[in-house]
Amino acid sequence: MSYALRSYEYWLTVYRRVWRGTVASSVLNPVLYLAAMGVGLGSIVQKNQLGIPYLDYVAPGLLAAVGMQVASIESSFPVRGAIRWNRQYYAMLATPLRVGDLVTGHLMYVSTRVFVAVSLYLAAVTAFGAVHSPFALFCVPVCVLVGLAFAAPISGLSAWAEEEVFNPLFRFAVTPMFLFSGTFFPVERIPVPLRWLAYVTPLWHGVDLCRHLTLGTPTPLNTVGHLAYLLAWVVAGVWIARVAYRKRLVT
Amino acid sequence: MGSPLIHARGLTKRFGEFTAVDGIDFDVAPGEAFGFLGPNGAGKSSTMRMIGCVSPPSGGTLRILGKDPVREGSEIRARLGVVPQADTLDNELTVQENLVIYGRYFGLSRAEVRRRAAELLDFVQLSERATSKVEPLSGGMKRRLTIARALVNEPELILLDEPTTGLDPQARHLVWDRLFRLKQRGATLVLTTHYMDEAEQLCDRLVIMDNGKIAEEGSPLELIRRLSTREVVELRFPSDPPEIEPGTFNGQVARVETLPDRLLLYTDDGDALVPVAHERLRPQSVLVRRSTLEDVFLRLTGRTLVE
Repeated sequence: MSYALRSYEYWLTVYRRVWRGTVASSVLNPVLYLAAMGVGLGSIVQKNQLGIPYLDYVAPGLLAAVGMQVASIESSFPVRGAIRWNRQYYAMLATPLRVGDLVTGHLMYVSTRVFVAVSLYLAAVTAFGAVHSPFALFCVPVCVLVGLAFAAPISGLSAWAEEEVFNPLFRFAVTPMFLFSGTFFPVERIPVPLRWLAYVTPLWHGVDLCRHLTLGTPTPLNTVGHLAYLLAWVVAGVWIARVAYRKRLVT
Repeated sequence: MGSPLIHARGLTKRFGEFTAVDGIDFDVAPGEAFGFLGPNGAGKSSTMRMIGCVSPPSGGTLRILGKDPVREGSEIRARLGVVPQADTLDNELTVQENLVIYGRYFGLSRAEVRRRAAELLDFVQLSERATSKVEPLSGGMKRRLTIARALVNEPELILLDEPTTGLDPQARHLVWDRLFRLKQRGATLVLTTHYMDEAEQLCDRLVIMDNGKIAEEGSPLELIRRLSTREVVELRFPSDPPEIEPGTFNGQVARVETLPDRLLLYTDDGDALVPVAHERLRPQSVLVRRSTLEDVFLRLTGRTLVE
């Protein structure tokens, strides 16, 4: 673990140069989204359709989606850069650090980024009055888990791909998930075969769990089920990332 | 001579069907400056990457600092200083930050790594640039920073993969000067190069590699003595050089090499040969020089080092 911390420290050193910009957008984005989607769009969504105000419905969904987005971005270009542009992974591998330390160190950094972004988002959600239970605090670790479920396989993909694959990744995977994983409307409104696609995504599990937490309605079985599913993605993703990193860097 | 820092027997590296390193044997002793000389694609960098424990050998035996690079790579790397062929600096960070973060990879405390960074920047003459970003630095400065970085863990063995490729002559001399000082301090250097002047200046002992194999081994002087004559007469011609046999010169010429634009006559007495060569071959110009490793390489492979 201590070797992974050294790699984590590199990412923090890089982040120190840019953190102001990311914090500004992490504060501005939730305010804009919550105002437009929650308050604006919510004013024309009939309450009896969902049983709760639309703002209360959409806010936890956005929270989980932010975890996914931040993690996806931070595990795509930065990983490709550390291999191809500044080649920092090669620098690390000339030292005692091992391939597994590179993967772990980077995921620690992604977790930090998600933690900060989601915490700020949660503060905004609270300010908008969409938090109805102290359980909502658990949304932060849940979103970190959602982030890792995306970051681990995507960092593997970034290491493995010869060509840059991020445009199709964001266009055909991340954005559709953002729109259709229960963030803005219940997945039950999607026709059956496609609905299962939504259930398979880690995001839906994060969204549903966060929604129960902010509304104060979590149940043990539901919570454990979602957490186990997300954790399975993380474990599989870390394995994929380690194989891909090794294939790329140790030749 | 103590036990070798690097011990290789039958060392092989294959990439699919392609054999980059084809069963080479060598040992590197403590305090030695050891070189791999050869053209691009000879297998030098693949060998270096195996020594650097980032490329598992496909066959043979390799021991570095007495350890197994596959099982104990991390422990070995903790004691190596690596100057890779392509820079791995972070251009967005400052000179100082690059050094500090690299020292932290080795687990040095912040205070310790700052102290060493100051010393090392002084050693490579970059103290004034400590707080500037790496991006605008010249190629030579980046190389020197990479060398400083490789020294941050006080390595027992320093690996340099083509340390001066791509640098202008002035920058090369500055790098050579620093490496020479390291050598004087007793550091063990292993370097690859396709510049014979670099090998002659820096290496106590070297191997000449070609097509993944070791063609010859020895000190630069030994190799020249053994495999070339004392002097070389270079004759330049306006068009294709004439074809001649060494025998044309009554035993004065040991060997003839024909290059696209010139003839090389290998002889022990260049000055005595010049008037004869002038008269018989009518070259455009004549140059007498000492034999170098380039000539050794030409003799061994029939090709020049830098094409």
